[in-house]
Amino acid sequence: MQPGKGLLMIQFDAVHKRFPNGTTAVQDLTLDMPEGGVTVLVGSSGCGKTTTLRMINRMVDPTSGTIRVAGRDVLEQDAAELRRSIGYVIQQSGLFPHRTVSDNIATVPLLLGWGRRKARARAAELLETVGLSADAGKRYPHQLSGGQQQRVGVARALAADPPVLLMDEPFGAVDPVVRTQLQNELLRLQRDLSKTIVFVTHDVDEAVRLGDRIAVFRTGGHLVQCAAPAELLARPADAFVADFLGAERGLKLLSLTTLAGVAQGPAPEGARWQLTLDSARKPLVWHDTENDTALPLRPLQDTDSLLSALNESIAAPSGLVARVDADGVLTGVSSREDIHDRAGRVHSEASAVAA
Amino acid sequence: MSVDWSWIADHTDDLTALTLSHLQAALTAVLLGLLVSLPLAVVAHRVRRLRGLLLGLSNILFTIPSIAVFVLLLPVSGLTRTTTVIGLTIYTLVVLLRNTVEGLDSVPARTKEAAKAMGTRPLRTLITVELPLALPVIMAGVRIATVMAISLVSVATYIGDGGLGQLFTDGFQRNFPTPVIVGVVLTLLLALVADALLVTVQYVLTPWTRRQKRGV
Repeated sequence: MQPGKGLLMIQFDAVHKRFPNGTTAVQDLTLDMPEGGVTVLVGSSGCGKTTTLRMINRMVDPTSGTIRVAGRDVLEQDAAELRRSIGYVIQQSGLFPHRTVSDNIATVPLLLGWGRRKARARAAELLETVGLSADAGKRYPHQLSGGQQQRVGVARALAADPPVLLMDEPFGAVDPVVRTQLQNELLRLQRDLSKTIVFVTHDVDEAVRLGDRIAVFRTGGHLVQCAAPAELLARPADAFVADFLGAERGLKLLSLTTLAGVAQGPAPEGARWQLTLDSARKPLVWHDTENDTALPLRPLQDTDSLLSALNESIAAPSGLVARVDADGVLTGVSSREDIHDRAGRVHSEASAVAA
Repeated sequence: MSVDWSWIADHTDDLTALTLSHLQAALTAVLLGLLVSLPLAVVAHRVRRLRGLLLGLSNILFTIPSIAVFVLLLPVSGLTRTTTVIGLTIYTLVVLLRNTVEGLDSVPARTKEAAKAMGTRPLRTLITVELPLALPVIMAGVRIATVMAISLVSVATYIGDGGLGQLFTDGFQRNFPTPVIVGVVLTLLLALVADALLVTVQYVLTPWTRRQKRGV
């Protein structure tokens, strides 16, 4: 994913937000979000990330400073009209329980005066886009699973084809398996749609997976660092960011790089561990020639991450990773040493680029 | 106490007229009660400081004995149907106001938030999101208010109205039980039928609350 065509879709300029009870939610925030890119706001609770998001569509108005969307100051626009031009997805979907799925999706088109028929047609189209069956449209939200409801939430946000999408912990309430599915779907959608997405989460892994840029907030509403995931992981600005990213941040960096650049050689012949292939030359198991036992393996493609390669090389008894093409046919093996070397180079390159 | 069936047969026209008059008084009162309590409930729901005041006031009105209400209204509207209806309306307010406020309170904050974030203006949110979602609780109040109004109409006999209540005074004065029994049975039937109709109305108006199979 490439962040944007260089235009700045959303601009925060010296924005402060102090609530009437005296708490400062956002402190002197200056931050640009490029068009067509995913900007993830992360931080622990109470750090101002959600307030920041909500100031974009005027669910919260700043105390001082300027926020521009597509060059226009949000405070100079009618709040309701501004909100119709910005997609919004919240945790646990926030669907209207008394409206069918189809009518939920059609909410903004109807507010914009599209007319029932056109709005319905658009809803049907979007059901397919987010991977739901056509007859889901006639159901009520409580008849769907949590993951399905979240898909409807995304479809509703996309209904009027807004250039900007705000997502406030949208996948926070679903189980890890469904969460990964929804993340993949979002990445797939984003490849086709290239929306400017602002995504709030407290999950670092989610931020690294989805973000073109990650903005880390600290309690009290301070933006500590905003950078591309690789740069953030390689060179956290301070101890707070490093701490927030966690002890495995080096490994998370490897999840951003693919296996493609690692050298591969022919499968070993005559060694203790032999690679067993099927008739189509797809790897099956590692065979131990000394005591005639077999160990399972997970063949990797060029598109798999360096992190999964490292994992597999540790798990494989021979320290070798079986490499396959897109059809699953063996192309060669890579050694633990080569993968390790590549991992080290990725780290030093990421640090060097940033420096 | 035996029922004089021939008296009933001779008075079917009167009984029909009284029943309709009774129903009309009760239903008009409930409708008026709804018209008054809806805006008041919206105010009580939105303005926290007025909430206690409005609910308290409706409670106080409710504690005034019903006969006293009719007597107090006499100088204003006289011995008329208007007096009956106003009196009954006052009694429906306590249930309707409280239930409408509670219904509006029961709408999930997340849902209202979503409506706002989609660009729905406050009035449209009230009409298309909040009131529909509050409907089950509001309808529970309407059912109680309706049954209550139907039973209270008879009290207006003291001011010359009272629908089926007139049968009670008639039977009492003549020491003739049949009209009393007929009056009680008809009032009861009216309440049961009205309640059943309201349940049906609610069922039709709230398709999303019906139980259906999960999954797609």
